[in-house]
Amino acid sequence: MRVELRGITKRFPGVVANEDVNLVVEPGQVHALLGENGAGKSTLMNVLFGLYRQTEGEVLLDGVPASFSSPADAIDAGIGMVHQHFMLVPVFTVAENVMLGVEPTSAPGVLDRDAARRRVLELSARHGLDVDPDAMVEDLPVGVQQRVEILKALYREADCLILDEPTAVLTPSEIDDMLEIIRRLADEGRSVIFISHKLREVRAIADTITILRRGRVVGTTTPDESDEQELATAMVGRDVQLVVDRSAASPTDVVLRVSDLRVRDERDQLAVADVSFDVRAGEIVAIAGVQGNGQSELVSAIVGLRRPTAGRVELDGTDVTGANPARMVELGVAHVPEDRQRDGLISSFPVSDNLVLNLTGRSPYSRGIRMDRRAIRENAERLVQDFDIRTSSIDAAVGTLSGGNQQKVIVGREMSHTERLLVLSQPTRGLDVGSIQYIHHRIVQARDQGLAVLLNSSELDEVLALADRVIVMYRGGVIGEVSGEEATRDSVGMLMAGARA
Amino acid sequence: MTAPPTEAPEALPSDADDPLAGAPHERRPGVVGALRELALGLIGPLLAILTALIVGALIIVFTDPTTLEAWGSFFSAPGTALADSWDLIATSYRALFDSSLGSQRALARTLVQSTPLILVGLSVALAFKAGMFNIGGAGQLIVGAMAAAWIGITFDLPQVVHLPLALVAGVIGGAVWGGIVGFLKARTGAHEVITSIMLNFVALRLLDYALSTDTFRRPGRSDPISPEMPASVRLPEPIDSFQVHLGFVIALLVAWGAWWLLQRTTIGFRMRAVGANAKAARYAGMGVAATTVLSMGIAGGLAGLGGTTILLGSTPRLTGGFFASVGFDAIALALLGRASPIGVVGAGLLFGALQAGSTGMQAQTSTPIDIIFVIQALIILFVAAPAIVRTVWRVKETRLGAGQRFSAGWGAQ
Amino acid sequence: MTSVTTAPAPAPRDDVVEDTGARRHALTVAGLCFLAGVAAIVLFGLTATSDQVSTLLMNPRGVDTIPDVELPTQIAAFVLGFGAIALGVRALQVVDPKITVFFGGALGLFALALVIWAARDGTGAFYGLIAGSVQRATPIALGAIAGLLCERTGVINIAIEGMMLAAAFGAAITASATGSLWIGLLCGVLTGALFGAIHAVISIRYEVDQIVGGTFINIFALGLTSYLTVRVLVEYSDLNQPGTFRPFEIPLLVDIPFLGPLLFSQNVFGFVMFGLVAFLAWALFNTRWGLRVRSVGEHPRAADTVGISVRFIRYRNVILGGMVAGIGGAWFTLGSAGRFDQNMTNGKGFIALAAMIFGRWHPVGALIAALIFGFSEQLNDYLALLDTPIPSEFLLMAPYVVTIVVVAGLVGRPRVPAANGQVYRSGG
Repeated sequence: MRVELRGITKRFPGVVANEDVNLVVEPGQVHALLGENGAGKSTLMNVLFGLYRQTEGEVLLDGVPASFSSPADAIDAGIGMVHQHFMLVPVFTVAENVMLGVEPTSAPGVLDRDAARRRVLELSARHGLDVDPDAMVEDLPVGVQQRVEILKALYREADCLILDEPTAVLTPSEIDDMLEIIRRLADEGRSVIFISHKLREVRAIADTITILRRGRVVGTTTPDESDEQELATAMVGRDVQLVVDRSAASPTDVVLRVSDLRVRDERDQLAVADVSFDVRAGEIVAIAGVQGNGQSELVSAIVGLRRPTAGRVELDGTDVTGANPARMVELGVAHVPEDRQRDGLISSFPVSDNLVLNLTGRSPYSRGIRMDRRAIRENAERLVQDFDIRTSSIDAAVGTLSGGNQQKVIVGREMSHTERLLVLSQPTRGLDVGSIQYIHHRIVQARDQGLAVLLNSSELDEVLALADRVIVMYRGGVIGEVSGEEATRDSVGMLMAGARA
Repeated sequence: MTAPPTEAPEALPSDADDPLAGAPHERRPGVVGALRELALGLIGPLLAILTALIVGALIIVFTDPTTLEAWGSFFSAPGTALADSWDLIATSYRALFDSSLGSQRALARTLVQSTPLILVGLSVALAFKAGMFNIGGAGQLIVGAMAAAWIGITFDLPQVVHLPLALVAGVIGGAVWGGIVGFLKARTGAHEVITSIMLNFVALRLLDYALSTDTFRRPGRSDPISPEMPASVRLPEPIDSFQVHLGFVIALLVAWGAWWLLQRTTIGFRMRAVGANAKAARYAGMGVAATTVLSMGIAGGLAGLGGTTILLGSTPRLTGGFFASVGFDAIALALLGRASPIGVVGAGLLFGALQAGSTGMQAQTSTPIDIIFVIQALIILFVAAPAIVRTVWRVKETRLGAGQRFSAGWGAQ
Repeated sequence: MTSVTTAPAPAPRDDVVEDTGARRHALTVAGLCFLAGVAAIVLFGLTATSDQVSTLLMNPRGVDTIPDVELPTQIAAFVLGFGAIALGVRALQVVDPKITVFFGGALGLFALALVIWAARDGTGAFYGLIAGSVQRATPIALGAIAGLLCERTGVINIAIEGMMLAAAFGAAITASATGSLWIGLLCGVLTGALFGAIHAVISIRYEVDQIVGGTFINIFALGLTSYLTVRVLVEYSDLNQPGTFRPFEIPLLVDIPFLGPLLFSQNVFGFVMFGLVAFLAWALFNTRWGLRVRSVGEHPRAADTVGISVRFIRYRNVILGGMVAGIGGAWFTLGSAGRFDQNMTNGKGFIALAAMIFGRWHPVGALIAALIFGFSEQLNDYLALLDTPIPSEFLLMAPYVVTIVVVAGLVGRPRVPAANGQVYRSGG
């Protein structure tokens, strides 16, 4: 199916998410939509899928204007979408999820489960998806869940397939499989839209590449006509400089020692299996790995947010296993959390309060139970200056700040009190390049001041730019360690994929 | 379980690169701005009250047999129907006004009536601020009153000791009952709405039981009623000839205290932080569990004090079901007062007036007291759904703000 | 494309003792089983003497199909108590979430020991106890079904009480006015549907916090029916004489010993209740309707993206729930009392809410919970007849306390529909 978007504009109150976007996807082609987080890729695809209604412009399918008021219309027209966050009901089986909305029936209204199962098995075999129709979705690994999403689209005989960041949660080898599946789906004559911000994948799979920046199309090209540097520049709008100026580390005493740590996740599954490592003062140790290999749980256990089920955490030689976050702050540990909106800030509170969120109990911000408003304001004014936080006022709700400035609030707060150990989880996720560079600079500065820094990042480039040592996690364990000089995209990437060196 | 109900579009203002994205939300400084904000803040609740009163009037008209008859002959004598309806509404609401604010005695009744409403309303409001829906005011005020009654009946002490002791017992009783809810939530994640509904009924049965024991049953009576509270625990009336007991003053002081606690102390900061974003509070090392227990304990204590002011004030005896309905009135007025202490005082006075006036209204016009509860229910609805009021009065959205959201689903924690 | 050999997941060492959730759960369940067992032995076994005999009547009045049961009180209490302890021991061996039922079993054994002990040196109306429990369970189960129909689509319903009360009123006056119980029942159902529709509109259209909305309906229904009772029914008392549905028997089936008269001789409400439970237990999991309802309650956006209208499904189910609550409400006036009294539901709607949670949002679970709650109410009458020195108030508390224990997850946390209480907005 030939899909054409003509002059699509989508406005939300106060924001233009897409402006005058034109796009043509030919049948049998993989068309990549490249752009940073927030560039308007998902919004555009949600318009095509009928989830949002465009403010202006039109959608043409095989040259005929189409108007969708709901996903049902889009599905009927032959469009299938695999969402970035899976649209699967965790407590349903694969077959139930696949048939939902187009259920086969044996009598009026009565589900024909056998028919659905047979169809799932058949489709799964034909496209090499290898999915068990009776498995409960919540028990499946993410890679398989993604194949279930593709099955859903195939079950509905989609001629056009939209894949929104399909590789974000996959391991390198799963990514290879996924790319192969996508190629095959296109070769059968479907049009495929592949959304990503990962340059290498896009170049590996796409026939045509359209680049979006701030809601507009800034260029259309093919893999042969462009290299990664050009694509990156087009995507971010300036030359990317991920290399950070830093001297060699001079590590001294061991600050953090983790030994045989074992941590379970919410579902009581083993997430971290007997992990041991040290971090010394004056060095940056990075934990690398594909998301979901236990890094988050490991960090939570270190900073006191999750109680390990076995093992030890020591800070400056003192056992702090299972200490609560308040105690860790007292001991000089700071933590920039992975999910800043959820964990790091209270969006309805003013900037000034957020800058002392975990410090209100100490002098000078309070005496007894009485808070000292003046001290809190003075601190806020100082940090806003120091960390270049762009806000209309220190009384503005922190939720009204941009993502980069919200992150600076957190980083500023944490660096204002840390004395021994600075733990950062995904410190630059979703930020603009300017903020990234600024935060990287401050991290190196913190190291040079003699702090021990533990960096948890799934951005390989960030790890390579900052780390003095890299610990790679795979399926809950440490699969290898590489020194900063030896760390390359290949050496670390292999370990992330589970290949032992 | 933590998935947000809706996904934000990819580019929301918060993620935009514009550093001044926050500017439009900036507050207008100065007295004028503050007054303007206050006035705008009052429009919503006032319209909600007005709408509820109008719907109440319609219910009064269309359930009155004589007026209905007049409407039956509307086409022959339309004037009669309208005049009759107007008469009925006017006399009903006039009686309501006269017996709540029309005289010094009426005013005193209103203030006395509003005392427990303010206190229990503060309980609900404080819990809201800490992110919890305290639907358990009924149980907490009963247990509080039982504890106070026990002190009152069992001991024989001079007033300077006896009265404070009874008040403290009332606070503790309620605090324990509320604290259980907080403890269960903190420790096991049990949803506070379910546990507090259940504890309301447990408290009612406990009261029934207590009133069947020799300790609480009035000698010589077989029905569930306790002895009168002795004079040494009764709340005195500081001004002669103005029959308002000390409880009202206590309620006002407590309201100020609640404001101070929430806005000026680390404890209040913690409570609000836990209420606004428990995950972030936990990350900030605030001891979410302890704060939850404390918040519900304080909320329960306030409700217990509310029950105690009834027992030591206007109705100095325990009976079956003892004023449990105040626990539900309190939800309405906490919503109406937007969960702020000052708002709760205002809403409490209004509800006190409605309730004080309703008895007079029933006596004078035979409009049953229960219409007040219908009106209160409608106030809850119109405050919680400003969109309905907006539709009725054709007011622009920005003037009234969006609906409030106070609790998470059973599943969310 | 590069091919890599993937290493297996690092195997955790097995010499480390972990403090896992499953283990703690097993310990709790076992502890509670022990407690029930020891309580049965101490309270009932040790206080009875070896020569005491309990007689339990097994037939309804005027029927004599099976012999009554005579048991040695003390031995029975010991056996039942040790049975509960045995269940606790077993729970420790089978560390599995399913052991929650062991706790249920232990509690059942404790209750049976109580029933037998109360009848020591006397005669306990065992059939009457069970039949009364079923009677009392009927409105609770109907209310619980009303609740789960809403909550399975993600709309919290704490307004069962208000919906039932309004329907009880509506059914009573229309039945009185028309002289037809069936029209009364229909009107009760319609009243329930109306209140369901109100709840749906305020929580779906106006996106009001569903607990606030439910509180509104509860207070509104109580206020309005009380107001109308004083205003209208006191004056026109002939509008409050609807009469009640007579029980009828299903031939042949009613002759089954014990269960026959228990289940197949009831009025329309009992049959409707059992019918609804059976039908919904099947329909929720085997029909297109059920699959879509559950998908909307678990992951509304997933349902939306496959073209299911979340709003439509929610509206439909909340109104259906209101209708079932309407049947439950009509039970009070047309199935039981024969007249309307102010606040006559008296908290039954909240017990129904408890039963829904206790029954884990499953129709059969809700029925079992309703039967247990009905039993704890009926036990009160049974013990009163036997002159037992147990204050009735504590038995009447039991459903509430048990529900607290359940939601507190002491015996395994119930799995709530994931989207319960969440407003769903589809995209711009």
